[in-house]
Amino acid sequence: MFRFILTKLGVLIPTFLGVTLIAFSFIRMLPGDPIELLAGERGVTPERHAELMANLGFDRPIWEQYFSFLWGILHGDLGVSFMSRQPVLEEFLTRFPATVELAGCAIIFAALIGLPAGIIAAVKRGSAFDHTLMGISLTGYSMPIFWWGLLLIILFSATLGWTPVSGRLSALFWIEQDTGFMLIDAFFSDEEGAFKSAVSHLILPTIVLGTIPLAIIARQTRSAMLEVLGEDYVRTARAKGLSSFRVIGIHALRNALITVVTVIGLQVGVLLAGAILTETIFSWPGIGKWMIDSIFRRDYFAVQGGIVLIASIVMMVNLFVDFMYGLINPRILHRR
Amino acid sequence: MSLLEIRNLSVEFETAHGLFRAVDGVDLEIDQGEMVAIVGESGSGKSVSMLALMGLLPWTAKITADRMNFDGQDLLTISQKERRKIIGKDISMIFQEPMTSLNPCFTVGYQIMEVIREHLGGTKKELKKRAIELLGLVGIPSPETRLRAFPHQMSGGMNQRVMIAMMIACNPRVLIADEPTTALDVTIQAQILELLGELQKKQGMAMVLITHDMGVVAETAEVVNVQYAGQQVERQDVKGLFNAPRHPYTHALLNALPERATSKRLPSIPGVVPGLLDRPTGCLFNPRCKFATDKCRSDAPDLHSKVLCHYPLEDGMPTNNHPGVSVAEGNS
Ligand SMILES: Nc1ncnc2c1ncn2[C@@H]1O[C@H](COP(=O)(O)OP(=O)(O)O)[C@@H](O)[C@H]1O
Ligand SMILES: [Mg+2]
Repeated sequence: MFRFILTKLGVLIPTFLGVTLIAFSFIRMLPGDPIELLAGERGVTPERHAELMANLGFDRPIWEQYFSFLWGILHGDLGVSFMSRQPVLEEFLTRFPATVELAGCAIIFAALIGLPAGIIAAVKRGSAFDHTLMGISLTGYSMPIFWWGLLLIILFSATLGWTPVSGRLSALFWIEQDTGFMLIDAFFSDEEGAFKSAVSHLILPTIVLGTIPLAIIARQTRSAMLEVLGEDYVRTARAKGLSSFRVIGIHALRNALITVVTVIGLQVGVLLAGAILTETIFSWPGIGKWMIDSIFRRDYFAVQGGIVLIASIVMMVNLFVDFMYGLINPRILHRR
Repeated sequence: MSLLEIRNLSVEFETAHGLFRAVDGVDLEIDQGEMVAIVGESGSGKSVSMLALMGLLPWTAKITADRMNFDGQDLLTISQKERRKIIGKDISMIFQEPMTSLNPCFTVGYQIMEVIREHLGGTKKELKKRAIELLGLVGIPSPETRLRAFPHQMSGGMNQRVMIAMMIACNPRVLIADEPTTALDVTIQAQILELLGELQKKQGMAMVLITHDMGVVAETAEVVNVQYAGQQVERQDVKGLFNAPRHPYTHALLNALPERATSKRLPSIPGVVPGLLDRPTGCLFNPRCKFATDKCRSDAPDLHSKVLCHYPLEDGMPTNNHPGVSVAEGNS
C-alpha cells in the first residue's frame, strides 16, 4: 500500500507541475490581455494600459509571475478573478456543484443504458441487436458534441417544445442554493414545480454529455463480457445448474465489472472536457461555462487556477479508480 | 435399463471451414456404483461428448443421438430449465483446469454453498455446516478458515479438491471427471485419484473418468471406452483391454505406457489426432496404424463386436484375412 502510494506520487507530482506550466502559459499565449478586452472598442491609452497591468502584477518578469502562481497554489491561494473580484477558488467552488450534478447525471445515464446494452450484446453476440448496438455506439463515440447538442435542441426544444433550452431552472422559481445541487435544492424547496423544472432542464445536457461515455461503456462492457463468458469458471457455473441470471449476472458480470468500473472511472476526464462544450451550448452555469467565459475575458488567474483545479480533480479521481481496482479485484486485494 | 445410457452420440461444430464432427457415434452406459473410463489422446472428443451430455456446449455445436437417457428421463428433449435441475445435482462434472474453473471473485465457501442452495436449499447456517463438512470430506485441512479463501490463494491440488467438494455437494448419482489430474503435479495426481475412488465407493456414485493415461485406467476403472478422433474404437472391461487389446490404437496406447517401454525414451504413438483439416479417408486411424492396408485407406470400418477396425487384433496380430504384415510398413 505504501509503495503503491509512493509510486503514484512519483508520477503525479511531475504531471501536476506540467499542468501548472501549461495552464500558466496557455492563457498568456492567446492574443490580447484582460485590460484590452475590458476596454473593448473604446480602447485605452498605452500609459493607462501599462498602469492597470502593473496594478494586476503583470509587469513583473514572467518567471516571477509563474513562481508566485506556484507559491499561491502551495498556500491554497489561486488569486482573485479579475472580472468578479472574487477569489478564484471561491468562484470555482460555487460553480462546481452544477458541473458535478450534470456530470453525475451523465455518467449514471451512460452506465444505466451502457451496462445492460453491453451485457445483452455480448450474450447475444452476432445478433441483430449486437450489430445495431455496436453501430450506434460507434456513431455515438464519434459524435461532435456541439452538433449533437444543437440537433437535440432544435428537435426537442425548438420544434417539439418539450424541454427548455438553457440554464438549470425556469426563471419563475427562486430556490435557495443550500447544496448547490439543483435537483436536491429544488426537491426540498417550497416552490411547486421547481423539481420538475430542474429535471427538465437536465435532460438534454445529460444526454449530450453522456453520449460518448455511453458509447464507451457499452463497447467496453461488451468486450469484457465476451472475454469473461468464455472463461472456464463460467462453464463451471453453468455446470452447477445455476440460472442464466446467476451465470451471467453474478459469475460473469462480477469479473467483467473489474474492467468496466475502471473504464467508467476513467471517463471522468472525458466528462469534464465534454462539460465545457455542453455547458456552453446549454448555458449551464458550471465550471465549463465559467472557463470559457474566463478565457474570452483573458481572466488570467481564473483560467490558470481553473485548469489546475480541474486537472487535480481528474488526477485524484484516476488515483481513486486505481485504488478501487485493487479493492474490487480479489486477486490484488488478497495476495497469496 | 442403465442409470445413464447414451447411444450413437454425435456432435458437429459449425466452423469457418465448414462442419467439423468432433464426436462421431459414441455410446456410453453406466450404472449405480460403476466406474467407466474414457481413454484417448488429446483432441479425441472426450470432453466434447461429456459436455454434450451436460448441455454445456456453445450454440455452434449440433448434438444428435439415438438415445440419451438418465434415470428414465430423456435428456434429448428435456427443456433447459429441467436440465438445470439435473446438472450440478444428479449429474455433475469436474474439469481439467482447477485454477481457472473456480470463479476468482468469490470465496470457496460461497461457490460451494451456492450450488447447495440452488438445488437443495437450506438456511445460511445449514449451508455453511454442509460446506465445512464437504471440505473435510475431500481432505482440506482447517475447513472453517478455508471457507473464506479465494481460489488464487490455494494450490491447484487444493482447488481441485474444492471443485470435487462442490460437485459432490448434492450427492450426484453420476460424477464425470474430465482429466481431473492432468493439470496437477504427479504427487498430487495420485492423491486426487485416490480421493475420487474413495468418494465413488462411499457414495455409491456412477463415475465416468476421462483420461489420456492408460496407467490411471488400470488402477480405477471397470469398463473402458477407447476414443479416437471422435469415434469410439473399442469398448471392453479393463481386464480384457489390458490383456487382449483388439484395436490397433488401444494396442499402441498400451505399448506407450512407460512401464511397458523397452527403450529409455518415453514411447508415444507417432503422429497426432487428425483435426478439422487433416481428416483422412477410410479409417481415421490409418495414417498412424502399423497394420493399415489399402482397404483401411479407402473404406471406413464398421463396428465388429465392439471394435471399430477392419482387422481386429488377436494376440497383437491382425485377423480377418489381413493381407500380411509385409504390407503394413508403418508410414510416419
Ligand atoms: N467449441 C468448439 N468449436 C469447434 N471445435 C471444437 C470446440 N470444442 C472442441 N472442439 C474440437 O473438438 C475436438 C475434440 O475436442 P475435445 O473433446 O476437447 O478433445 P479431448 O477432450 O479428447 O482432448 C478437437 O479437435 C477440438 O478442437
Ligand atoms: Mg479434454
